[in-house]
Amino acid sequence: MARNGGVAWMRTTEKIDGYDLSTSDTEEVHVLAVDDSLVDRKVIERLLRISSCKVTAVDSGRRALQYLGLDEEIQKKETNGFDGLKVDLIITDYCMPGMTGYELLKKVKESSAFREIPVVIMSSENVIARIDRCLEEGAEDFIVKPVKLSDVKRIIDYTTTELREGEQREGARAKRRGINKRKQREGDDDLSSSPPSTLSSSTSSSPSSSIQSATAPSSPSTLDSPTRRLKMTSSE
Amino acid sequence: MDVVNQLQRQFIDYSASLHREGFLDDQFTQLQKLQDDNSPDFVVEVASLFFEDCEKLINNMARALEQQQGVDFKQVDASVHQLKGSSSSIGAMRVKDVCIAFRSFCEAQNREG
Repeated sequence: MARNGGVAWMRTTEKIDGYDLSTSDTEEVHVLAVDDSLVDRKVIERLLRISSCKVTAVDSGRRALQYLGLDEEIQKKETNGFDGLKVDLIITDYCMPGMTGYELLKKVKESSAFREIPVVIMSSENVIARIDRCLEEGAEDFIVKPVKLSDVKRIIDYTTTELREGEQREGARAKRRGINKRKQREGDDDLSSSPPSTLSSSTSSSPSSSIQSATAPSSPSTLDSPTRRLKMTSSE
Repeated sequence: MDVVNQLQRQFIDYSASLHREGFLDDQFTQLQKLQDDNSPDFVVEVASLFFEDCEKLINNMARALEQQQGVDFKQVDASVHQLKGSSSSIGAMRVKDVCIAFRSFCEAQNREG
């Protein structure tokens, strides 16, 4: 299965029809969490476990790359460098000694094997320039710490949606629902500036969105797309 | 059972007052929600890790501030930044706010502050 794990990311070009073993058990999202702070690692690990994810937590960008098999010094190409499970999502802290989250993001996006993996950056500093830079480099989202359960749920939601979309796109022509979701996400940027009801309308129609709107009211920053977050911070 | 109820009530009152006085904020409540039967000691574990972290960072800061040759504010700032991060993740609002003030002293290279 470790071998298939590496291949799975090429599945859009190779295995079009069948499911390989690894995709059939991606009901659970496997997240690689990277943070130098032990407290933050514990918290994010718990948040992810509660959201039914498999979690691997590492304390540095270096170790994250080692886990993925991308570390230049340790080439583990024979086994694809995986300890077993393929990674569906990377969540990383921005400020870390050695390699920052931004540098890790760049390394991941530069690699052909892993650039498809969504990368989410966390930071305690709400600096627009930083957010912009990360998004430009291909980050999926930028969360301001402290991380809440609603943040994690939102990210997992659209990660699983995108995973499923990827499979559907190859299996049959994309179902309307998947495309509409993406359009909705982008289209809602202009519509929603203040009304909190857009929290539920802009996310998927799954039941978890109601949980989000229930817990979110105290934190207006946990809206859907990253660009909306920018709007919020500038209006605050 | 009475004693348990009493203790529970005291705990709730104490929690509420900590929140009111601004020691704890919403993030702590979030953490409490993450605790369940599968992980009954989650909050205790995180709090313990936080205290260990604090101790280490405060020691670092003390050492840096005591330097006779000249205080390395960058080092102090780095420690305060980490402390601010941990305290905000755990919901220790007061600590976090103090850290924010501390950092501006660092930027101003204000040792007295």
